[in-house]
Amino acid sequence: MAEISFRVNGSERKVRALPETPLLWVLRDTLQLTGTKFGCGAGLCGACTVHVEGAATRSCSTPVSQVAGKNITTIEGLSANGEHPLQVAWIAEEVPQCGYCQSGQIMAAAALLAKTAHPTDEQINSVMSANLCRCGTYERIRRAIQRVAQGGGAR
Amino acid sequence: MSPVSRRDFIVAGAAAGAGLVIGVYLPHGRKHSHAFSPNAYLKITPDNQVTVVVARSEMGQGVRTSLPMILAEELEADWKQIQIEQAGASTLFGDQTTGGSASVRTCWDPMRKAGAAAREMLISAAALHWGVARASCKAENGAVTHATSNRRASYGELAAKAARLPVPTDVVLKTAKDYKIVGKPIPRLDTPAKVNGSAGYGIDFRVPNMKYAVLARCPVIGGKVGSFDDKEARKVEGVSYVGKLTDSSIAVVADNVWSAIEGRRVLQVTWDEGPNKDLNTAAIMQSLREAAEKKGVPLYTVGDVKKAAGRRIEAAYELPFMAHAPMEPGNATAHVEGSKCEVWAPTQVPQDVRDSVATAIGLDPDNVKVNVLLIGGGFGRRLEHDYAVEAAQVSKAINGPVKVVWTREDDMRNSTYRPASYHNLSAVLDGQGWPVAFTHDLVAPSISGQKGQPGEGGVDPDLKDEAALVYSFPSAQVEYIQTETPVPLGWMRSVYALQVAFANECFIDELAAAAGKDPLAYRMHLLAKDEDIKYFDATWRTARMRGVLQLAADKVGWDKPLPAGQFHGIACFGCFSTYAAEVVELSMEQGQPRIHRVVAAIDCGQVINPNILQQQMQGGVIYGLANALRAKITIEKGRVVQGNFDDYAPLRMNEIPAVEAYFVESTEAPTGAGEPPIPPLAPAICNAMYAATKKRVRALPILG
Repeated sequence: MAEISFRVNGSERKVRALPETPLLWVLRDTLQLTGTKFGCGAGLCGACTVHVEGAATRSCSTPVSQVAGKNITTIEGLSANGEHPLQVAWIAEEVPQCGYCQSGQIMAAAALLAKTAHPTDEQINSVMSANLCRCGTYERIRRAIQRVAQGGGAR
Repeated sequence: MSPVSRRDFIVAGAAAGAGLVIGVYLPHGRKHSHAFSPNAYLKITPDNQVTVVVARSEMGQGVRTSLPMILAEELEADWKQIQIEQAGASTLFGDQTTGGSASVRTCWDPMRKAGAAAREMLISAAALHWGVARASCKAENGAVTHATSNRRASYGELAAKAARLPVPTDVVLKTAKDYKIVGKPIPRLDTPAKVNGSAGYGIDFRVPNMKYAVLARCPVIGGKVGSFDDKEARKVEGVSYVGKLTDSSIAVVADNVWSAIEGRRVLQVTWDEGPNKDLNTAAIMQSLREAAEKKGVPLYTVGDVKKAAGRRIEAAYELPFMAHAPMEPGNATAHVEGSKCEVWAPTQVPQDVRDSVATAIGLDPDNVKVNVLLIGGGFGRRLEHDYAVEAAQVSKAINGPVKVVWTREDDMRNSTYRPASYHNLSAVLDGQGWPVAFTHDLVAPSISGQKGQPGEGGVDPDLKDEAALVYSFPSAQVEYIQTETPVPLGWMRSVYALQVAFANECFIDELAAAAGKDPLAYRMHLLAKDEDIKYFDATWRTARMRGVLQLAADKVGWDKPLPAGQFHGIACFGCFSTYAAEVVELSMEQGQPRIHRVVAAIDCGQVINPNILQQQMQGGVIYGLANALRAKITIEKGRVVQGNFDDYAPLRMNEIPAVEAYFVESTEAPTGAGEPPIPPLAPAICNAMYAATKKRVRALPILG
C-alpha cells in the first residue's frame, strides 16, 4: 500500500492503495465517485474516461501512482451544477438510453471541445470512436457536440 | 394508508387486470395516513405529489417515462407533478419480467385503468366536498374544477377525501383524440441524472460495510473446480476471504474491486474440465446441419406443400452464437441476515431473482426482498439470475453484505448466448414466379428447453412470438427441429426473430430474383390481399405489413435511381406483435459492404412517446448492424474464445450509417419497439449486397 495524493474535482484527496490500482477503482470504491464507469478494464470502451490535467484519460488503465500530484476531473466535477454546455446539449438532444456510457462520452467530448472548439464531423468521429455505446446513441452524441460547437444550448 | 384504501386497492388491483393480488404493497416503506393510493401503481399525497410506481425495469428503453405517461394521461395529471418510484419484486403487478418488447403492451390496460379509476374518485371527492353535481366537475391538469362556481382543488388537496371513497371497477377510458400526454415527445425523466454521473446503476449501489467479490469460474463450459491454492490470493492487500462457492466457482472477496481482481489473478486453480473440453463451434454447426434431416415439430402449416408443382428453389442459412455484451458488466449486491436476504440488482426479472435466490440459499421466497436498480444495458442478459444468486451465496458465506462484480471477460465468456441456428428453406414457384409452396426447417437449440421449461409438444415457447410467416402462401410449412447443446443459451434482443427473419427475408429476396421481379413489388404482391394470418396466439395482418413496407419504400425513394455504385436492399418482419420494415443503402468497397443509410419503418400501434420510439429504432438498427456485420461467439476446446471489445467488437461512431426512423400513425393498442427494429436489418443488408454483387450471403456475420 502507498499513500498517494492528488486533486479530484478541485479537492485535495489522499488515498491508501496498491500503487498499480487503476485510478477507476480508487475513484469508484475509495472516493465513492461512481459516475465514472467500469466497462472493459482494458481501455477499449471509454466508459471510464476522466480528465487528467485536462486530457481525456482511461482511468481503468491508469495506475493511481501515475496521477500523484495531478488534477483529475470526473463527470461529477465537470460543472458546478450539471450545466456544462455539453450536459445541457445532451439533455436537449435526449442522448442517453441506458446512459451507462454517457459519463465517458461527455468527458471525451469535453476534452475534444476544449482543444478544438469547432470540430468537423470527421474530427468528432475520430475522437469519439474511442467510446462505445451499445444502445447506439452515436448520432445524437454527434448532434449534441455539434450543438455546443455551434454555440447552441438548450432547445 | 387507511384501511379503506388498502382494501380498495386490492379490489382495484384485480380489476385493473394486474393479476391475482395476494398481498398489500407499501411501495414506499413508509405510511402516509392521508395518502391516496387507490391501486398499487399510484399514490397522491396531500403535498400534491403524484407518484407513479413503475413495475418494469429501466434499461434504456424508457419505461420510467413511457409507463407513467400512460397513467398520467388517464389521471389528467399535470405531467410536471409526476415522480416515479421503482417497484421491486412484488405480488401486485402480475409478471414483472421486462422482456419480449412487452412493457408498454402489457401495462397499457392496467395503467390506464389505474389512472382513470383515480381520476373518477378525485372528481367524486370534489363534487361531494363542494355539494355539486358530479357531472359538473372536470379533472384537468392535476386538479378538479367546477366551472360554474369557479372552484378548483388540486389532487393533493383532494387526496385524503378521495381515499375514503370506493374504487370504481368500471371506468371509461379516454379516446386517442383527447390525448394530451400520450403520443407527445415528452423528455425522458431519467435523462438529467444520466448526464451528471448521479444515476445509480446496479454496479454503483453500496450498503455500509459492503465487500466486493469476483469469482473464478471454470473456463470450460460445464467444468468444475478440481483443487485450488489460495495462499497468494490471500496475500493481496484488501483480500479478506477466498472460498469455494459452488462446484464450478471460487469467490475472492476484498475491500475493493481491484483487490478482488488481483486476488483472483494469483489464485491457483486446477479445473476439472469435464465432458465438454473438446467442444468447438465447427462441430456444433455441423451437428445443426445434420439435424436438419430429422423430422421437426410443425409451427405453421397451410395447405399441402407436397402437392405443389413448379420450379423448385432451395437455400440454407446459418447464424452463429452471439453475446449481449451490455456496457454495464454483471453485478448484484446482497445481504443475507439469518433467514432473510435483501438483494439490489440491475435485473429484468425481480420475481425470478427472488425465487432463485431463495432456492439457492435455502430461504422462503417471502423472506427475500429484491430491489430493482437502473440497468446499464440489458438486451436480455439480465433475464438471467446468475449475478444475484452469486451475490446471495457470497453474502451467506462471509456473513455480511457484498457486491459481486463481473469483469468484461467474465461477461463475454460466461454469458448465455443467442443460439446458433441452421435454416433449410425451399419454395415452389408457379409459371409467373409466385410461390405456391414455402417451407422452412428451423434447426436450433431451445433456450427455454435448456432451462428446463420446454414448450408444449416440443414447440419452443419463444418461437410463438418470433417465427411467424407474415406472407400469405397457398401452401406453407414451418417446422422446428430442436437440438441440444451444452453452450449456455439466453434470450438476446429479438431472440429467434433475428434468425428467422434472416432466413425468411433473404429467401424471399432469392425468390424475387428467381422470378425476375422487384423485391419490394414481390413482397407487396404476397401481401396484396387483406388477410389475418393466425400464428399461435398472434394475428398478423397483411395490411399492416404492407403499410410499413410502403412507408419505408416511400421514405427511402425506392423507385428513384441511386448514385452509381449504390444499391438498395429491403426486408420486413413481424415479431412481438409489431411490424417493421427496413431499407438499406450501401456500396461495396474492397468486397465489404459500406452502409450509407438505413430507413426504418415501424407499426407498433398507438405510439406513447415518439422520441423514445425513435431512440429505440435508431439504437435497434445500430445493435442489429453489429449483429449482422461482426457478432460471433466461437468456442474452442470448450472455452469461449472472445473476451473483450477487441475480439467481440461492437460498432463505433465512425462506422454508423445515417438512420432514419418512421412510424405508422395508429390508434391500435400499443405494442413494443425494443426488439422489432432488429430482425429486418441483416437480411436487408444481404439483399442489398446481392443487388450490388449478384452473390448471396447466407451466413452471419457478414464480415466472417
